[in-house]
Amino acid sequence: MIRPHDSIIVQSLGRFLVPVIQIFGLYVLFFGQYGPGGGFVGGVILGTSLLLTILIFGHSASRSQLAKKVLHGDGVGMLIYVGVGGLCLIGGGEFLNYANLDVPGLEVAARRSLGIVLTQIGVAVDVAVTAISIIFSLSAQEIIEDSINE
Amino acid sequence: MTFAYEIPLLILLLVTAAGAIMVKDLMSAILLLGCYSFFLSLVWAWLGAVDVAFVEAVVGAGLATVLFLLTLFGTQPKDGRLRRPPPPMAAVIALPLLGVLLLYAAKDLPAFGDPTSPASVHIAPTYLKQSYQDTHTPNVVTSVLMDYRSLDTMVETVVIFTAGIACALILRRQST
Repeated sequence: MIRPHDSIIVQSLGRFLVPVIQIFGLYVLFFGQYGPGGGFVGGVILGTSLLLTILIFGHSASRSQLAKKVLHGDGVGMLIYVGVGGLCLIGGGEFLNYANLDVPGLEVAARRSLGIVLTQIGVAVDVAVTAISIIFSLSAQEIIEDSINE
Repeated sequence: MTFAYEIPLLILLLVTAAGAIMVKDLMSAILLLGCYSFFLSLVWAWLGAVDVAFVEAVVGAGLATVLFLLTLFGTQPKDGRLRRPPPPMAAVIALPLLGVLLLYAAKDLPAFGDPTSPASVHIAPTYLKQSYQDTHTPNVVTSVLMDYRSLDTMVETVVIFTAGIACALILRRQST
């Protein structure tokens, strides 16, 4: 059972910092094509920001509901990644050859760029869910049981 | 090449690594390990591997430290042994020999950033030249990871997924 943190300083800082961390995570995720970053790091940052809400506001606060919902999303990231590969197969090419993504009006290089973005989102979702899931498994029996019994 | 900050960086790396092994309080050991990861990420950045440095800083210094701490809360926070058992004789003899052997072999490695080393003449020039035309992605690391070597990254994602599932299966037992 993770209770809300007592200190007003931690609470106010958390209220301010969590959205900033989430926006930074999204920035890292989508800026991975132009600089350091990418799906893996962005996913870890997003997952950590969701964990921070639980650690600060407790697991029954309304801000923490998103993190508890995310817990059920094991495998969604894999589904996105493999789904992109399957779309390439449907488009008439090899598995994960993004040039065969069937998007009208895009040239080959832009299609491959789009494929990179989509698979990075898949990796990010997978990593974020796994980080939250492992930490929940390690820390709090009650949260798991509550969220299963809901 | 300047040596203003690199030698202290490497010394700090060694000191934090040794401290994480030596210290008795396991909480301090975990925090020292986090410091070690952070210094290691600075070393990666110094060597020009910015993506690796980013991952090391976020995962090694951030997430892994939290995982260790949570594991520690479920177990014993102190190393309860009064005196550590001495290391076995074979390790005392074999490990320095292995170190000497590795140093001897390191002499034959190509120099750092050598353009004629085997790693940078095989297929890397093709990636560096073709990446932007092929994928419209300026960051070559991303285009290699997610496009040219996409299948490898997919299997890495499977590994992470499997780790999460395995932790859930082992740790989330109904406590009856």
